[in-house]
Amino acid sequence: MSESLFSKKNRKLITDPLTDNNPVTIQVLGICSALAITVQVNQAIVMGLSVIFVTMMGNVVISMLRNLIPSRIRIIVQLVVVAALVIVVDQVLAAFLPDLSAKLSVFVGLIITNCIIMGRLEAFAMANKPWPSLLDGFGNGLGYAGLLVLVAVFRELFGSGTLLGFTIFGNSLPGEESGLYAMGYTNNNMMILPPMALIIVGVIIWVQRLRNKELQEDH
Amino acid sequence: MKFLENILHKMEPNFSKGGKFEKWNPLFETMATFAFTPKLVTQKGSHIRDGVDLKRTMMTVILAMIPCLLFGIYNTGHFAEIAKGSSIAASYWDGFGTKFTSGLIVVLPILVVSYGVGLTVEFIFGMLRGHALHEGFLVSGMLIPLVMPADVPLWMVGVATVFAVVIGKEVFGGTGMNVVNVALTARAFLFFAYPTSMSGDKVWLSGQEVDGVSGSTALGDLASFMSDKPVFENLDAYYGKYSLMDSFMGMIPGSIGETSTLACMIGAAVLIFTGVGSLRIIASFFAGGFVMGMILNAVGGNAYLDLPAHFHLVIGGFAFGAVFMATDPVTAAQTATGKLIYGFLGGFVAIMIRVLNPAYPEGVMLAILFMNVMAPIIDHYVIQSNIKKRLKRVKTA
Repeated sequence: MSESLFSKKNRKLITDPLTDNNPVTIQVLGICSALAITVQVNQAIVMGLSVIFVTMMGNVVISMLRNLIPSRIRIIVQLVVVAALVIVVDQVLAAFLPDLSAKLSVFVGLIITNCIIMGRLEAFAMANKPWPSLLDGFGNGLGYAGLLVLVAVFRELFGSGTLLGFTIFGNSLPGEESGLYAMGYTNNNMMILPPMALIIVGVIIWVQRLRNKELQEDH
Repeated sequence: MKFLENILHKMEPNFSKGGKFEKWNPLFETMATFAFTPKLVTQKGSHIRDGVDLKRTMMTVILAMIPCLLFGIYNTGHFAEIAKGSSIAASYWDGFGTKFTSGLIVVLPILVVSYGVGLTVEFIFGMLRGHALHEGFLVSGMLIPLVMPADVPLWMVGVATVFAVVIGKEVFGGTGMNVVNVALTARAFLFFAYPTSMSGDKVWLSGQEVDGVSGSTALGDLASFMSDKPVFENLDAYYGKYSLMDSFMGMIPGSIGETSTLACMIGAAVLIFTGVGSLRIIASFFAGGFVMGMILNAVGGNAYLDLPAHFHLVIGGFAFGAVFMATDPVTAAQTATGKLIYGFLGGFVAIMIRVLNPAYPEGVMLAILFMNVMAPIIDHYVIQSNIKKRLKRVKTA
């Protein structure tokens, strides 16, 4: 009980999901949204922040209720909590970032079905106190957001030649090309398509397992 | 030859484990086994009927592709001269040397980039994994230039080759482990990544566009029948530009090596005669395309649907895909019955995509990639049904 707020064990709750237990690359959860909203970095950042908020708050609320929830209806209770949080996020985005909210469209609403959130509620918040649950939710949300941004950087840079909307490779408008485009460079259209996001995630998984032999499966 | 062998023998200790150039062993081994049989040979009782190995198989396929390559170079040269508007362009066989040279100027860099980039990537993976350079890329490196439009930028060929070798092959474990055809992966990547450089009517002629010269392909023109603004009034006008004979000979614009059905058939003869390519796949691929063509004829409705079925077999990359892409022994079905099903469905789907989805004029590429993915399932069911049949025989007897 006298454990400090940021003891080694608690710090691990945040750092583990960032590397060796990443929810996307190791547990392979939340892939759908990683494919759908990583065309632009700013979309990925907003999506990542939304998921961080929902995992954190969801974990805390469920952790506080964990002794009150009858185990037979726990999934429904978890869904209600997550749905309420997601609607809050959706409304906030619609109010303050209407453009991005329109672009993200249904995918904010679909955070409800994001396996990472339900997974953390079931696996962690139902068996742990609120504070560690908060850290666990933050860590996993951050792990998801980090991967999303990484994928989005590749896709936006090579697919549109921009980062966060700023042009990197020069002007690509036909007739007034500058920079790399004047030398014959063309944006890679496949980066805009979802299959390429899957391939990028796959390559990240590949590189991560190459660097850490413990993560490699036997077969 | 003894002289060369002695040199290699002297060099060997430097490259073996613990030697000075241990790291470069893959390169040494590759070069040495190109010239001589490896030292490690089976001494007795291995029941070898023939010393055929991966290298010889690959060389046979390359040999079979030579007619396509040579004709492709000449054809590219011919249309490059047309694009330049030179006087020898009027007749197909005029100015043979000039056309061949200008074709070579276009094709050779693509070939060099494809081999250079591909072998470099393979070599890097060989070094990382500690094995000799695999021969697998010899064929892919030749196939990639043959399925490119003449006007493709060289850097795109390089990017596509890297993508195809890494994502199409090395991810799965290297030569012999790939799920989809490597050369088609490269082409599909370019098709989806840089559509403006891979389709349309601007990319098939190399060099500057001259006013009044149309660079569209037979497939592009045919696809316009499916829209409101067809290029031709009717099929007779189409035959005027692309006669059956011209299409069969390959004297039409298209990807570098794919236009000539005749050259592909010479290649097919070499492959079938040497036992490298499967006659079942090639024959059933053509049959599948023909049947789908007949079905479309029966449906009818517009000029494209009414195009006689045998025309489909000689335009676009159909013959090239059937002979060199579908028969890839790694990605095709393995069982005898499976090969028939695989080939037939491949040809069937190819014509279906080509005609019914004008946005993807080259359905052959997509159809073969699709069938590559399906091949293990086909094999699985063929084997299961065989087991069932034989079990029945045992039980009734």
